[in-house]
Amino acid sequence: MSRRFVILLLPLLSFWPAFGADVHIPAQIEFNRDVRPILSDNCFSCHGPDAAHRKAKLRLDVREAALAKEAFLPGKPAESELIARIRSSDEDEIMPPPDSHKKLSARDKAVLARWIAQGAEYQNHWAYEPPVKALLPAGANPIDALIARRLTEVGMKPSPEADRRTLIRRLRSDLHGLPPTPAEVAAFENDRAPDAYTRLVERLLASPHYGERMALGWLDLVRFADTIGYHSDNPRNVWPYRDWVIASFNANKRFDRFTLEQIAGDLLPDASVETRVGSAFNRLLLSTEEGGAQPKDYEARMVADRVRAIGTAWLGQTTGCAQCHDHKFDPITQRDFYALGAFFTDVKEASVGRREEGMLVTTPEQDARLAQLDAAVTAARRAVADRGGEIDVAQTEWETESGGATQGAPRDVATALKKEKATRTAKEKSAVRDHFRTQVSTVARAELDALAAAERTRKEFADSLLHCLVTEALPASQRRTVRLLPRGNWMDESGEVMKPAVPGYLPQPRLDGREPTRLDLARWLVSRENPLTARAFVNRLWKQFFGTALSRVPSDLGAQGETPLNGPLLDWLTCEFMDRGWDVKHVVRTMVASATYRQISLAPPAQLAADADNREFARQGRFRVEAELVRDAALAAGGLLSPHIGGPSVKPYQPARYWEMLNFPARDYATEQGEAQYRRGLYVWWQRSFLHPSLLAFDAPNREECVAERNRSNLPQQALVLLNDPTYVEAARGLATRILAEGAGTTEARLTFAWSRALQRAPRAAEARIATALLDAHLRAYRADVPAVDALLATGDSPVPVGLDREARAELAAWTHVARVLLNLHEFITRD
Amino acid sequence: MNIFPTPFQTRRAFIGRVSQGVGGVALASLLEKGGASLFAAPALAGTRGVIHPLPLPQKVKRVIWLTMAGGPSQFETFDPKPKLAAMHGEAMPESFTRGQQLAQLQGQKLVCHGPQFPFAKFGENQTEISTLLPHIGSVVDDICLIRSMTTDAINHDPAHMFMNTGAQIAGRPSMGAWINYGLGSEAENLPGFVVMVTTGPGRSPQPIATRQWSSGFLPSKFQGVQLQSRGDAVHYLANPGRVSRAQQGADIGAINALNRQHDAFVADPEIATRIAQYELAFQMQASVPELTDLRGEDARTLALYGCTPGDGSFASNCLLARRLAERGVRFIQLYHRDWDHHSLLKEELPLRAKETDQASAALITDLKQRGMLDDTLVVWTGEFGRTPMSQGNKGPTGRDHHNKSMSMWLAGGGIRRGFVYGATDDLGYAATENICNVHDLHATMLHQLGIRHDAFSVKFQGLDAKLTGVEGASVIEGILA
Repeated sequence: MSRRFVILLLPLLSFWPAFGADVHIPAQIEFNRDVRPILSDNCFSCHGPDAAHRKAKLRLDVREAALAKEAFLPGKPAESELIARIRSSDEDEIMPPPDSHKKLSARDKAVLARWIAQGAEYQNHWAYEPPVKALLPAGANPIDALIARRLTEVGMKPSPEADRRTLIRRLRSDLHGLPPTPAEVAAFENDRAPDAYTRLVERLLASPHYGERMALGWLDLVRFADTIGYHSDNPRNVWPYRDWVIASFNANKRFDRFTLEQIAGDLLPDASVETRVGSAFNRLLLSTEEGGAQPKDYEARMVADRVRAIGTAWLGQTTGCAQCHDHKFDPITQRDFYALGAFFTDVKEASVGRREEGMLVTTPEQDARLAQLDAAVTAARRAVADRGGEIDVAQTEWETESGGATQGAPRDVATALKKEKATRTAKEKSAVRDHFRTQVSTVARAELDALAAAERTRKEFADSLLHCLVTEALPASQRRTVRLLPRGNWMDESGEVMKPAVPGYLPQPRLDGREPTRLDLARWLVSRENPLTARAFVNRLWKQFFGTALSRVPSDLGAQGETPLNGPLLDWLTCEFMDRGWDVKHVVRTMVASATYRQISLAPPAQLAADADNREFARQGRFRVEAELVRDAALAAGGLLSPHIGGPSVKPYQPARYWEMLNFPARDYATEQGEAQYRRGLYVWWQRSFLHPSLLAFDAPNREECVAERNRSNLPQQALVLLNDPTYVEAARGLATRILAEGAGTTEARLTFAWSRALQRAPRAAEARIATALLDAHLRAYRADVPAVDALLATGDSPVPVGLDREARAELAAWTHVARVLLNLHEFITRD
Repeated sequence: MNIFPTPFQTRRAFIGRVSQGVGGVALASLLEKGGASLFAAPALAGTRGVIHPLPLPQKVKRVIWLTMAGGPSQFETFDPKPKLAAMHGEAMPESFTRGQQLAQLQGQKLVCHGPQFPFAKFGENQTEISTLLPHIGSVVDDICLIRSMTTDAINHDPAHMFMNTGAQIAGRPSMGAWINYGLGSEAENLPGFVVMVTTGPGRSPQPIATRQWSSGFLPSKFQGVQLQSRGDAVHYLANPGRVSRAQQGADIGAINALNRQHDAFVADPEIATRIAQYELAFQMQASVPELTDLRGEDARTLALYGCTPGDGSFASNCLLARRLAERGVRFIQLYHRDWDHHSLLKEELPLRAKETDQASAALITDLKQRGMLDDTLVVWTGEFGRTPMSQGNKGPTGRDHHNKSMSMWLAGGGIRRGFVYGATDDLGYAATENICNVHDLHATMLHQLGIRHDAFSVKFQGLDAKLTGVEGASVIEGILA
């Protein structure tokens, strides 16, 4: 489809190279870079790994198999069947066949011919090969050296270093997801020490906002959300896991440990509350409470959901296809899929129905307090027990005296009292006893009241504690079975029962014949022999810091992904990450320290034409920031942002009735009051079926599936959010309030202040003219229209400064418009 | 004098720039790299889609999809079953149900439940339709009834997902997104995919989710935009406070002027798109209220649909659907909720029928009289059908979810008129003649739009993902004129 669209555009683009024989074809063909994508796209669907759908028993993904079927003769393209077939004009002969709707370009055909002429050598798929750490000259920044090597090959030059303002904006955005303050920018601009940049990086890495920024991408990957997803989409307790992710990045927890805690935090020898909260990962999948949902159906969905999650978040592999059949492009088989699923049969989880409250999540202080309260209750009970005989005597007397006169007693007690003592049930006896002790007895009144108070205090404290869904392992006898489901059909129980195993095409763990557990799976994922996990991680990290991943598709390091243009760089980072003990901050530091990172993002026209997508990194990337960070930037500029880290998810202003289609039960949206209204975007309540519309507009995923890469769209809805969502109007009002309070008296000085708050730079003369004209127009209108002033200033809960006279309020309204314009600028939401 | 001049360029000028200037290079090169790169493609309204030229003759330009959410019973609407009526109250023969999927009837005694309302013959071909739907009966010569539809899913959420995205796994694009992606949109100041929802009064209807109109892995600009019948029709459409249109225009003018200034320094192709989006947003602020204001419709039209302006009814939404169709919106989806009659079938279903019958028929009549039925496809369907067995464990009798048989209808360009396609067995348990499924329905819809369903794919997670799935689907040739 897309190719057709390009052809459509061709006449518009005179300098666009046409497809055809004149297109540059590498002198030395490399199988992974040049040939595999063509074969994978066009041939593997019928002549690839999936045996069930293989045509003519020919597979082209394995050289020996292709040679055995004489698909080609190495060195002799003219005599090769493959070449004859792709060049044929006979409908019955041509490959790919017409009904596949696939077509090879002239360039594709030329590449295949040259490849066969050069001997038709294969390479194993790059991502399954062990990474190789390039030997580099001492002293050079390895990233810069490897980028330079590649740039020389393709005849490009790196860009100069960006200015200090750009650098601190970039670092703050990439490491904290927040804009710098004007004072920070000034301090960095004036810091002439040679290590100014390094010190800035270290300061930012030490801030707890680093963990918040790093958590964003991880929460997408593991589909973290506050609700169950299906049907009623009810809440569940998982937010402590979000805080665990933030804290893990802040503590620079080794990534291998980070992995173990999530997949097997309950099975670790040193399992703790912390590691168990990490194991909430296994509970983040979708679940249902729908009446009539079949447990087996959802059991199968959950197995598949978990396998896809491991594939996306750790392996960078698309496993989804193998739910129904062997993967058509990658070596993952249907057996691999279900065997991977079989690792999770011990995760205690109802396949249908309400999620449980979850594990109590306490700090050591809370544990101590709880123990103290338990002791108090025990002591109070003992004191009552010491006088138990007296109380019982008093109760018997009271029952006799009252003779069934039960005024003031609850109905169940009254009913019980009417019956003979001997005929009362245990429940009735206990009701009478409790009533007498709590309400009636004058004997031991002090002791009884003390006990009631101790129990109440304990309950209140216990109710205030947090819970989190975590992984609890079922005993062997209660584990679920996972069968290989023919065509993914859960009603077909003819398939083999699967034992847990890691995919067969990857290096195997050493188990000495033992059946592997979830902990083994986790250890295998982060073993030195696993070629995928570290690669997938640093590849995504590169995207965070440069805008584009080294291998283009972060969710797919397989055949349908992309062989990285700079394989040695991805390999070097992969090795370095593991060599340094899976030290995340070390890799982050290495990336941001490079000259490659510090380049300008502005591309000269020639470079833009040669590398429009910045695949060679001869400049920095430039992109609109994530949905949550758009919110954070506006709240920060408006002086409203809460710096508080962690805690329950929050519900900021949201359009009325947005949740009206939720049911079982119907739900009200309780908008936050006070500070909770101004929390960072990553703390916003994640309702999967109705995600907050402002986040949705800026491409936040609903997190029903694992997402390794967000869309970056540019839509009219984004304009409507920034212009009209009360959060943004209030932020503009906040900024205007500061402009008037803190900016010196003249319009010029105030504009300088406004620009520095929002964009960390001074306004250009032309910009100041536009803003001044706008300010004057609004001011004239508002001076004559007090109700309009009142209405605008009433947007949002934060207070308007008291004691402003009519003119000052009109000024505040007019400046709110100027501030609003600033918060809507492309530059404001762009990281460059 | 207007003190808020709006000095921005026209949107056309910017679209021109995006397709020809530096933006064009980026766009073309992104598209050339395949699915994943499409994520960054600029959004433009009124643009061409990726399929060009169309491989098949285009019979219809747009789709109006009427979703009866909850799953209406075919036995009280479109599938008369005299044999079932005769066996009313008797045990359902086990030969029908052994080993089959059941939802809420799992472990229950299975009893035949005959149609609860009489059927009557309508139209030239004397098609039998429930007497609860006399208006639809009156246009039966313009519609094609399918009695042999089936689906894969048997619970609401997965069934809606399947009906809308062709998959039961979340994250796939919905059909409206696919179609806008493929064909582009002819709507100037409106999204190409619009969703409207109404709910039958009084009961507790099944929830629905935004994923039903999500763009999935396609660019976000293809997602469905919900038009609300109360408050802002589109989220954040209204200006804050009492900010006037002129003031809003002045702010947007300033934003765009400043963005343009900045572009001179950074030459960022995204800026041209951003400016175009602000202009589009500003135009939507005017065009959407104009669109949703039904006061300009004449009395005869309002009477035809049976609505009054501002009543927020399904009937109003049907009329709005026609107005959206006139404005070039490619895919218009209406939901009417509360068809999930596990209980109170006899009491509640007639209410839903009454709420939708006249307006559904009016839409056909209105489109026809305006010459638009020939290039519009109208679809009326639930997410699944219901059992011929009664359900009594949820209160007064109803029917359970069912996926082996369901009835639905289509009307419009290239579809046979006054025709009944397919049939179910004597008891209506399973489709037996001309069995078709949701993938086939999607394939047929794409076919009428000029798209080959088996060639319309996007690379996602290593797969050529299609609306019609990987296992193959067939255009339902038998319903084509």
